[in-house]
Amino acid sequence: MTTPAGMALTAAKKSKEAGRLATALLLAPAGFWFLLLLLLPMAVVIIYSFGVRAATGGYQAAFTFENYLDLPARLTAFKNTLTLAPVGTLICLLIGYPLAYFLALKASARSRLFLMILVIVPFWTSFLIRTYAWMFILGGRGIPALLGWIGFPDIRLINTPLAVLIGIVYGYLPLMVFPIFVSLEKLDKRLLEASEDLGAEPWGTFRQVTLPLSAPGVITGCMLVFILLMGEYLIPQLLGGGKVFFIGNALVDLFLQSLNWPFGSACAVALVAIMVGTISLYLRITRAQGQRDVSLM
Amino acid sequence: MDPRKEFIKQLRRYQKGSISRRQFMGVTGLGTAAAVLASSMPELIAPRKAYAGDLGDRVALTSWPNYHDPKNFEKFTAATGVKVDLTVFGSNEEMYAKLKAGGTGWDAFVPTNYTISNYVAADLIEPLELGLIPMYDPSTYTDQRFTQPGMVNDKVYAVHKDWGTTGYCVNTAKVTETMTTWKDYWDLVRTKYSGRATVHDYQLTTIGNALKYYGHSFNSNDEKELAEAEKLLLEAKPHLFAITSDYQPAMRNGDAWLAIAWTGDAKQLHKDIPSIIYVIGKEGGEIWADFYAVPKGAPHRAAGYAIINFLLTPENNKNEVLAHGYPVADKRVLDLLPPDMLSDTIMFPAAESLTPLEFGAAATLTNPLRAEIMARFKSA
Repeated sequence: MTTPAGMALTAAKKSKEAGRLATALLLAPAGFWFLLLLLLPMAVVIIYSFGVRAATGGYQAAFTFENYLDLPARLTAFKNTLTLAPVGTLICLLIGYPLAYFLALKASARSRLFLMILVIVPFWTSFLIRTYAWMFILGGRGIPALLGWIGFPDIRLINTPLAVLIGIVYGYLPLMVFPIFVSLEKLDKRLLEASEDLGAEPWGTFRQVTLPLSAPGVITGCMLVFILLMGEYLIPQLLGGGKVFFIGNALVDLFLQSLNWPFGSACAVALVAIMVGTISLYLRITRAQGQRDVSLM
Repeated sequence: MDPRKEFIKQLRRYQKGSISRRQFMGVTGLGTAAAVLASSMPELIAPRKAYAGDLGDRVALTSWPNYHDPKNFEKFTAATGVKVDLTVFGSNEEMYAKLKAGGTGWDAFVPTNYTISNYVAADLIEPLELGLIPMYDPSTYTDQRFTQPGMVNDKVYAVHKDWGTTGYCVNTAKVTETMTTWKDYWDLVRTKYSGRATVHDYQLTTIGNALKYYGHSFNSNDEKELAEAEKLLLEAKPHLFAITSDYQPAMRNGDAWLAIAWTGDAKQLHKDIPSIIYVIGKEGGEIWADFYAVPKGAPHRAAGYAIINFLLTPENNKNEVLAHGYPVADKRVLDLLPPDMLSDTIMFPAAESLTPLEFGAAATLTNPLRAEIMARFKSA
């Protein structure tokens, strides 16, 4: 015996099931993608990190902690990465925030479009070519020559940590500007007026209204820049001249030159562990301060 | 200017080597990119001749930067209808790793003497079918040392391309001392010319020439001797301008005054800046030879043989030498070279300076300890 109510219930149940199936089907490609291209390779890297280098290079199965004990041999590379990546992120933030603020709140609608295009235009040229150009700008015939001309001779820029830092800030600034710009643009301007009406100084308004409301953009921008910087390879390679080494450079050496895949895997695992640790700490701190969740753009 | 023409002009400049950079290539594989771009530019491809049918329409050649005359490739395409896809590498290790990983699609490539036995052992290259390379004639070579490494188990696996030495460049406009030895090099690098020297981003030569400071063999695999070399390298590191195999830009713009260098780079630098000279360390160092080989399972095998034969043809090989500045051992080619090139002491150093030089050994290249020392030196 079926009542109309019962039938409706079954139909609802059915449609719910169908909905679940649709969700599963829609998520399947992404899930498969992550499994195949993230989790499986990660598992391989972890397994490799306990192996030994085969006689002719590559991986040979074993179970040893040797590779992890050897990590101090790459201490300088870890140190370089762990200082220049956060410092680079901070400088990007200090330069990027005012720029994003100006673009979102101060620039007229017409000039805003023009200025946004200016921020985007460099992306039309390959990042590699632009970094290569910096090799010449920072090289002996570039800025140092100009400095020598006005009375500061013998200044070395290329192949120093400063050169790498300049390259980092140049390359990653747009990635900081955009998320902050988006969060500032979404900001309800009436709140600023209200703050002013209620007697807040401009600085007070900024600190109590603008900054907290743009925090998701700041967090997103910092994470984006920081995560990418931790794996940076090209800038230290070209502007560091093999003298300012990042973990990314050490990894390339270990995998392609010395063919020591197990040690390379251990370095990679250590890098991922440090990154996950740093980011969780960062998110915990920012959340503890009552910020909203990260919004991607 | 028509952008397409402009692009082709730039591509030619790139192919000629005036804007190409060894390291740049290593980092990017831009060589491949340029080759792919070239294939989308019909102006670069001469009309295909009917008789070339069995060679196919393309050949993948893998080599080193600044190492060929691009006009030769055009001539080859014009004569056979086969388009040349050139890829360049930064080191023998990478070349080997790539071929070992498989699926490269290479038809011919340019390994260095000490790698050939490794390629044979790993079953990656085929014994050459010499009938397909009629231009190769071992009797025309001035020195059998340059053909020997191509022979493994009495079979010819690779034919000689050119040879050279590894010494160092000195910009005499800045460096006042007369430098003749590796001792001079490492001593001045760590003192008076701190911040002005580069070493190769290549374990074989950088460690080998650090070993020469102590008078050890360039090929030493002795742990104690390698430890000494590592100590010297770590001491020198803060004084180096860079660790790079792409030292021409730094020498050209005056950032670096001293650079560990190969013959052809030294020749190219000296040609443009006469004050840059080339020194072969009195203690010795490296002499090497590059070869043409054909990978097993080359997809356009016949075309691979055809391009090797074409480039070994004396008239074409002469143009190769004029472009890359490395000496060859083929007498037929030497006879065609201009006299001033034959008397050039960078390309053809006095016999006695070559005597103490050593050919790199396969075991030197594959020694894991040397690889790790180099990696530690770089990340120090």
